Amino acid sequence: MSAVTHDHHGHAGHDHAHDDHSHAPTGWKRWLFATNHKDIGTMYLWFSFTMFLVGGTLAFGIRAELFKPGLQIFQPEFFNQLTTMHGLIMVFGAIMPAFVGFANWMVPLQVGAPDMAFARMNNFSFWLLPPAALLLVGSFFVPGGAPAAGWTIYAPLTVQMGMGMDMGIFALHIMGASSIMGSINIITTILNMRAPGMTLMKMPMFAWTWLITAYLLIAVMPVLAGAITMTLTDRHFGTSFFNAAGGGDPVMFQHIFWFFGHPEVYIMILPGFGIVSQIVPVFARKPLFGYASMVYATASIAILSFIVWAHHMFTTGMPVTGQLFFMYATMLIAVPTGVKIFNWVATMWRGSLTFETPMLFAIGFIFVFTMGGFTGLILAMAPIDIQLQDTYYVVAHFHYVLVAGSLFALFGGVYFWLPKWTGTMYDEKLGKVHFWCSMIFFNVTFFPMHFLGLAGMPRRYADYPMQFADFNMLASIGAFGFGLSQLILLYVVIKSIRGIGPKASDNYFDAKDDGLEWTVPSPAPFHTFETPPKLEWKSVH
Amino acid sequence: MPTILRLLGATAALAAAGTAEAIQSKYNLAPPVTEIAREIHWLHWFLLIICAVIFVGVFGVMFYSIYAHRKSRGAVAATFHESTKVEIVWTIIPFLIVIAMALPATKTVVAMKDTSNADITIKATGYQWKWGYDYLKGEGEGITLLAALSTPRDQIDGGNDAARIANTHYLIEVDNELVVPVDKKIRVITTANDVIHAWFVPAFGVKQDAIPGFVRDTWFRAEKTGTYRGQCAELCGRDHAFMPIVVRVVSQEDYTKWVGEKKQLMAALADDPNKKWELAELVDRGGKVYAANCVACHQANGQGVKGAFPALDGSPIVKGEKADHINIILNGKNAMPAWKALSDVELAAVATYERNTWGNKAGEIQPSEIKAARK
Repeated sequence: MSAVTHDHHGHAGHDHAHDDHSHAPTGWKRWLFATNHKDIGTMYLWFSFTMFLVGGTLAFGIRAELFKPGLQIFQPEFFNQLTTMHGLIMVFGAIMPAFVGFANWMVPLQVGAPDMAFARMNNFSFWLLPPAALLLVGSFFVPGGAPAAGWTIYAPLTVQMGMGMDMGIFALHIMGASSIMGSINIITTILNMRAPGMTLMKMPMFAWTWLITAYLLIAVMPVLAGAITMTLTDRHFGTSFFNAAGGGDPVMFQHIFWFFGHPEVYIMILPGFGIVSQIVPVFARKPLFGYASMVYATASIAILSFIVWAHHMFTTGMPVTGQLFFMYATMLIAVPTGVKIFNWVATMWRGSLTFETPMLFAIGFIFVFTMGGFTGLILAMAPIDIQLQDTYYVVAHFHYVLVAGSLFALFGGVYFWLPKWTGTMYDEKLGKVHFWCSMIFFNVTFFPMHFLGLAGMPRRYADYPMQFADFNMLASIGAFGFGLSQLILLYVVIKSIRGIGPKASDNYFDAKDDGLEWTVPSPAPFHTFETPPKLEWKSVH
Repeated sequence: MPTILRLLGATAALAAAGTAEAIQSKYNLAPPVTEIAREIHWLHWFLLIICAVIFVGVFGVMFYSIYAHRKSRGAVAATFHESTKVEIVWTIIPFLIVIAMALPATKTVVAMKDTSNADITIKATGYQWKWGYDYLKGEGEGITLLAALSTPRDQIDGGNDAARIANTHYLIEVDNELVVPVDKKIRVITTANDVIHAWFVPAFGVKQDAIPGFVRDTWFRAEKTGTYRGQCAELCGRDHAFMPIVVRVVSQEDYTKWVGEKKQLMAALADDPNKKWELAELVDRGGKVYAANCVACHQANGQGVKGAFPALDGSPIVKGEKADHINIILNGKNAMPAWKALSDVELAAVATYERNTWGNKAGEIQPSEIKAARK
């Protein structure tokens, strides 16, 4: 147990000038002018949950139309808007802000910092998101509708879109700016504001994964901004970046997009690795196995992510050497990813395991994410990829890594730290129901998509041949179940916020080794670590 | 692993039922009819089995741990937390495994890319939303085809559910199938007219993006006669799901026969460029061109789709100057693609049709005027 010798009960123990800081501002000003990392983290989490429900509603639409062959509910142009917006909203509105929300709440608590390094910039980076989301979602209501060129917004299809495309582009610009500011904040906080004695290699894994993720974000968000700005000028100002008739190249858009897009994939999963690395040791009652190799593996994945982008483009037709290079580089990523899986299993090995909801989600994550990893390895092989590219196999693959990966890690993280945020334990029984519903319906939805893809059903299809009917119907049923299951989470969270349930102690899961968050009360007071904790680190790292 | 058993069972069933006519697969890759597709099939099984073995190994350990090392069974946690030896071993072994996987794949990549020494070269052009084929080299040189979906619209939008359910080739049937001889190396050059499409025939192991302004190529050598079906694989706008690819592989004799018939037919259909057309003839011909190319956006009643596709009925461009009308059809504008690929007669016919249908009455446009405007 890490022992901390400082007075963390801020408002109880202080009798001087600190008093005016220890009361939270109230009313709307508390949120609009928020500079407190916990309040901002809370806003990020609610924002992303809202967007998760919006994106989920669009998925309902997709699966309803695909329930059986023929066009029953939507015309194809609107169907394309649904798939595009489902992707954009889930990636940029739900998953990414959710992880930033976790970073806001937990990074300062884990490293013993009083707040994020740039508190006002933190406010700005959050408040950029709601207008961006309004622009994005509002695009449904303008003439021509929302962007319908897929979340990858390939040129030159983007040139055919209405003004909804421009709204989407501006929304992405704003969200990108927000991400960059958030990343600067996280990097600065981690590098400069750790408690004395907490060297980098003693830092909790979640902080480590976010440090690496933040660098990835800073490296690639400007690349995306460049790609979509070129799209914008191609649309309106007569440039021909992606138009062969003017000397441009549509494939160049794909290169630029995926130079952003592939690291983006790891941006969405690395913090999830971090959360799982926090959860597993606590419920195995055993330190994380191979901490140093976990750090190195995370860094290796991040570095490799910059040299594999063209594996998304094997069917564009590139030279043999290009295909081979990107195939080999992609397959290499399996090695550090494998190390992480082995380390988690080794952490559980000969532990003293219990299976509370966070642990269930962590184990579910390891199990199902690994399946997504294997299909990723299969897709890495250029010849197989050429057969499966742009089919439902790819849809199955990335939902296995993004839903069962990122999302399950986020769910696990919510249950893990919710009592720290609210001071009240979550409803364990309902949490378990949420887990099992999510796990079962997830697989009912996405497992059949492997078969659809192998059999050759292309993705982004509003309608399909009869041979694909059975599995599509099954997937739709699963999707409705999965979507509705998420309301359980909402109920559990509200219940905990309203204080219904047992009070949580400081260290309610009896964590042994990691993270200063267990040394502060639950709920964490408005201000924590105003004086740096002196830590006598007994962690085994 | 029930998954694996299921997959194995499905493949066995497919193999048992394997006949010359392409079977729609359900659980696995389409039954291969080219060397490349067979190699892909093999590679996929090879990887799937390796992955399944690793999966069973890793999760066997994890689930044993979940069973045996649970607190409720009185397990006491050990304290080990690293072992350099073990960590090096499980870094190196996966590394060796991926090398073993990459080697056979490399061979296939090289073979897929070798488009040299083709017997027949065909250019496939993606249009929103149909495929055009030009036989460029080899037997059949000079033949051109335009292949559009032939599934009736009422099966798609719910007017005729019974017919849809009965139609085993729903959405994978076209009016003009691509015809190629068996056992000949066919090189397919892909390009596109508007946005990126992808030419995808699962049974051949072929998928190649068709990129506007660029050409790419791929190849196949079908080993069995039959009809093989695929679909566009790159999102290309509204009717992405409605531009299938159907390739009929025939014997060499049948192919020679087909080429002969096709050439005769094309000669008969060729329009005399100097002929002066009557208004009624042009409207009649134009109605067909309109139904094949324009109706999806501008609608049969010429009203378009509000907010997306402008109405032609009463449109100032359609009723106005001929030059403006010709210009927009030839060169496109925003979402309206350029229709340069159609013939002078077809363009003149469709323009005349538009000018003299619904409430419009604005005279005719002759093919010669289109020809002049092209310059």
